[in-house]
Amino acid sequence: MPITYTSQEQIEVYRFGLPVTIIVPLVAIFLQAFVPVRFPFFAIFDLPLLVVIFFAVARRRPIAGLLTGSIVGIVQDSLTGNPLGLFGIAKSVVGYGASSLGVKLDVENAGARFLVTMFFYVVHEILYFSVARGLVGLSMQWSWPHELRSAVANAVIAVPLFALLDRFKKRT
Amino acid sequence: MENIITRYRNASFLVAVLFVQMLMLGVQVKRTDENRSTRLIRVWAVDAITPFEKVIVGIQHGVANLWYEYFYLRGVRQENRDLKQQIERMQLEEVRLKNDADQARRLQKLLGFKEQVISKVLAAQVIGSSGSERSRVIYLDKGARDGIGRDMPVITAEGVIGKVLHVFNSTSEVLLIDDQTSGVGTILEQSRLQGVLKGTPGGEVILDKVMNGEQVQSGERVLTSGGDEIFPKGLLIGTVAKAAHGPESFLAISIKPAADLGRLEEVLVITKKEQQEPEVADTNSRAVDILAERLPSVPDKKPDEKSADIKNQGPVAAATTTSHAPIASATVPGAPKTANVAGGVSGVPNPGIHKAAAASADGVTKPAVGTNKQTAPEAPKPETKTVANPDVPTTQPSPQTVPAPPPDQPQ
Repeated sequence: MPITYTSQEQIEVYRFGLPVTIIVPLVAIFLQAFVPVRFPFFAIFDLPLLVVIFFAVARRRPIAGLLTGSIVGIVQDSLTGNPLGLFGIAKSVVGYGASSLGVKLDVENAGARFLVTMFFYVVHEILYFSVARGLVGLSMQWSWPHELRSAVANAVIAVPLFALLDRFKKRT
Repeated sequence: MENIITRYRNASFLVAVLFVQMLMLGVQVKRTDENRSTRLIRVWAVDAITPFEKVIVGIQHGVANLWYEYFYLRGVRQENRDLKQQIERMQLEEVRLKNDADQARRLQKLLGFKEQVISKVLAAQVIGSSGSERSRVIYLDKGARDGIGRDMPVITAEGVIGKVLHVFNSTSEVLLIDDQTSGVGTILEQSRLQGVLKGTPGGEVILDKVMNGEQVQSGERVLTSGGDEIFPKGLLIGTVAKAAHGPESFLAISIKPAADLGRLEEVLVITKKEQQEPEVADTNSRAVDILAERLPSVPDKKPDEKSADIKNQGPVAAATTTSHAPIASATVPGAPKTANVAGGVSGVPNPGIHKAAAASADGVTKPAVGTNKQTAPEAPKPETKTVANPDVPTTQPSPQTVPAPPPDQPQ
């Protein structure tokens, strides 16, 4: 089993430089907005969410994960026609949850990253759906097959993406 | 209390952040006034992202232009020949359509119909999207300083794609017709049924508010009705893909958009449209005269032949030769319907214009006897006017037997 329970002392906590902290999420949001214009299938991915999960798990600080998710989500909301806060709330919770999970579990290997991404993608979608329907009143349809396919697709690209982003990690 | 917050610091922070965002959502949902200003945070986000998109799209187009205009010229000569032939064919077609369109406009003028004309459009490039399946919006490289405003219709040569949702200085956000929050007033071309076109969460386009009892055929074209006061009347949106009985009292009609909403590159924003009476050169003629022009005619005869014919035919011929007027007036009701969709500006693709021209030809060219139904387009046949032959009894009704129905009111 790739996910292993680790003690607090064994956990490596990483930090990132300010340019990386700002530029990586912006690049993810930019790609998410730009690529689907030429390749519509790309809209199935959620690069900003993957970045939020990566930073949250690597930093292992719930408040940092929460703030990262919140800011990235609101910026992403700004590019949609929907009210601000839908992605913000969903990504805040995911950032918080991923950081909290990172404290308890070792999610450094590919298998763990795949499962964690799948899990948080589904959580993200459930939260988004609930807020959009419950608070905003948008008429949305939930489709388990579609969400599971999307979760797998995101998890598949999360593995190489996280490996790439590992290069920016700095030990504390 | 302070102890609890300190102890559960992370959880407290989470609750606080979520509370703030929910509050923000609540404020936005409550403020539904149309003239609300664009939120500053949207402006910042768009200003941070779109310049990069513009640069990349610019480079992409530059490279593509360089390649296709200077290097990759294979097949250009053949294409040029084909296009020249196509132009010749279209010029012939244009003459025919122009006559029909002129005639439709004259009828509109006579009936006091005011058409909505697209008087100004602005070409723009698509530079980005929301990037989310939940929100189907795109970004254009033109904004407020180029003259774009909120709620302006956005079209392509193929058909309608959406309307401007938010406007920024140098960019604008367009809500596509397949978004679940969009809504377009539409009319079906043949059955003239009206409905509301909107998107589904799955990205499909449906036509809502058409009652279950109505007959809708697959393949029927869907046009803008103008009822939403955003889109000019008569623009092509798409075709009916499938129509079935819905769960409630409305039909479930699936629409195939004419424009490929997933692959948009260049679009046209209608920045100005105005109501005006159709411009026609000859405004003194009556509707019946115009329609009579369309009826088949008999070649001119010499004066001596004419007088001989009149002597031979007697009263029957006199009655039949004057029977064009009631036929014409009986076909008038079709005219406003078909003419309503005309409107446009030279050089701007407006499917409504073609439709109007074609439909007007349908409606008035063929003198149907005893009916005002529209018939298939057909060139006028001089031989159909055989009323001059006294041996053939005419079936054409007199004005008294077939009263002309009142013309439809222009919308």
